[in-house]
Amino acid sequence: MVKKLSRSVALVGVGMSKFGAFPEKNSRDLFVEAFQELRQSVQKGFDPKEIEAFYMGNFSSDHFENQAHLAPIVASWAGLSPVASTRIEDACASGGVALRQGVLAIASGDADVVLVGGLEKMTDLPGPKVTDALALAADSLFEIPAGFTFPGFYAAMATAYIDQYKADPDALLNVAIKNHQNGALNEKAQFNQTISQVMDGKRRKAIQKDLPVPEWEDEMAFMKDPKANPMIAWPLRLFDCSPVSDGAAAVLLVSEELASKYTDHPIFVVASGQASDGSLAERESLSSIPAAEKASRHAYTMAGISPEDVDFAEVHDCFTIAEIIACEDLGFFPRGEAWKAAMEGQTARTGSHPINTSGGLKSKGHPVGASGVGQAVEVWKQMHGIAGERQLSGKLRYGLTHNVGGTGQTCVVHIFENRN
Amino acid sequence: MTEKSLNTKEFHQAIAQDILIGSRCLNCGKISIPQRQICPNCHSEQAERIEAKGLGNLAAFTVIYVPTTSMAEAGYNSKNPYCVGIVSLEEGPRISAQIINLDLSDPATIEIGLALKQTFTIRGEGDSAKKYLAFEPA
Repeated sequence: MVKKLSRSVALVGVGMSKFGAFPEKNSRDLFVEAFQELRQSVQKGFDPKEIEAFYMGNFSSDHFENQAHLAPIVASWAGLSPVASTRIEDACASGGVALRQGVLAIASGDADVVLVGGLEKMTDLPGPKVTDALALAADSLFEIPAGFTFPGFYAAMATAYIDQYKADPDALLNVAIKNHQNGALNEKAQFNQTISQVMDGKRRKAIQKDLPVPEWEDEMAFMKDPKANPMIAWPLRLFDCSPVSDGAAAVLLVSEELASKYTDHPIFVVASGQASDGSLAERESLSSIPAAEKASRHAYTMAGISPEDVDFAEVHDCFTIAEIIACEDLGFFPRGEAWKAAMEGQTARTGSHPINTSGGLKSKGHPVGASGVGQAVEVWKQMHGIAGERQLSGKLRYGLTHNVGGTGQTCVVHIFENRN
Repeated sequence: MTEKSLNTKEFHQAIAQDILIGSRCLNCGKISIPQRQICPNCHSEQAERIEAKGLGNLAAFTVIYVPTTSMAEAGYNSKNPYCVGIVSLEEGPRISAQIINLDLSDPATIEIGLALKQTFTIRGEGDSAKKYLAFEPA
């Protein structure tokens, strides 16, 4: 039986570093940047001494930075020692699960003020080592020996999805084009460029280097050009994949009773759902992520709402196919229909179901452990009307975040309510 | 004669002998490949080891142009890609494996549902040579 949270939890401030490649910065530097922004965002201010617990999502500082036991180090560099500090590792869902732990710590009555962070510093390793580090999120006994990479897993899901629903593979490219349009309006995004702007950049570079200037008819032609957009794992190309990123995000959670001490406009976390699954081959369906469906149904029941009530969502688009599947797992579209919705623009900012207004993992960047927390930052910005040029219009009451670990071995969903 | 365990190591030891093993739950009959000590269906702890027939069909696949380090060491790269699939076995379970002896020049011609049979492939040379489960068109 799904129970309500035993205490209501409010989000009262958020912060985020820019996502990208920052050779001069360590993960703790990135977190300090996010935490400084968070302090500025708390309307009535707060004393860091009030923080009673720190939950930090991080997938693999062990491999990326040769550093384990990262939570107390990050806490110290943010000036927070001796606060109880815990690192959460659930692959790419580490940030979302850290958020859930923060919510549960407040709901349980154990704490009134909790800091949740997420961070990853990935770009110090050379590309093949990053591929290997990410592959650790899969089953190293039975999946990796088969030769799977992460793009490969999602590519396999794409072939199953396309075959089952006779979907047009161009729908994948539409997801990437849309998320770049959104990311172009997000100053924190790693790729804050539309695909057209990427094309212009490549043309300029060719002119500078006195090389033949490539000509593409439109964005779709660019996306289908094997030179500009090479195949990584068929049918997924480079621009179907989220990038390797550095970045950090942070949110401040407090109990409902304390919220007005910090802000006149708290955002309430009304539901948290999480589910797990075995490796990809073990699942009944290869064209959906069952743990996402289960986690979201749990969250909808907890919040007492249905998918139609959700005004906008940040979903885990580590690969373009993942956004299409997420839109179905979350109940925004019937099975086999989300690829059409992507082609028809229904998931654009101006569509019926705005998805990934931040640019998503695809364009904003995917510093693995930070991604789930970064999603909550976008919900805060949209609900406060401070999302700049990418601001959604109209009243936004419910927002949802969906964060996936691995190929769906972990999924965590949160629902946020704007009561102002 | 010592009874063989259902530990995960048994799976890879069997592969080294060209055998794909699994387990059958003695309570509900569910077959798991690879083998499981606790039945994921009824949670019974009573299971027996079985050998799969090694026949199945292609449920999902990809052709990988940017390999893992170990596959790169085995000679794969963007000019020499490889196919990995999820194979639905005749016994019911699905399993991940490399699919070999396929024409990869146009992955669009590879069809879901393709009938496959088990084979084995060796990657690495000399002391580091190791046998892996693979499938090929039946």
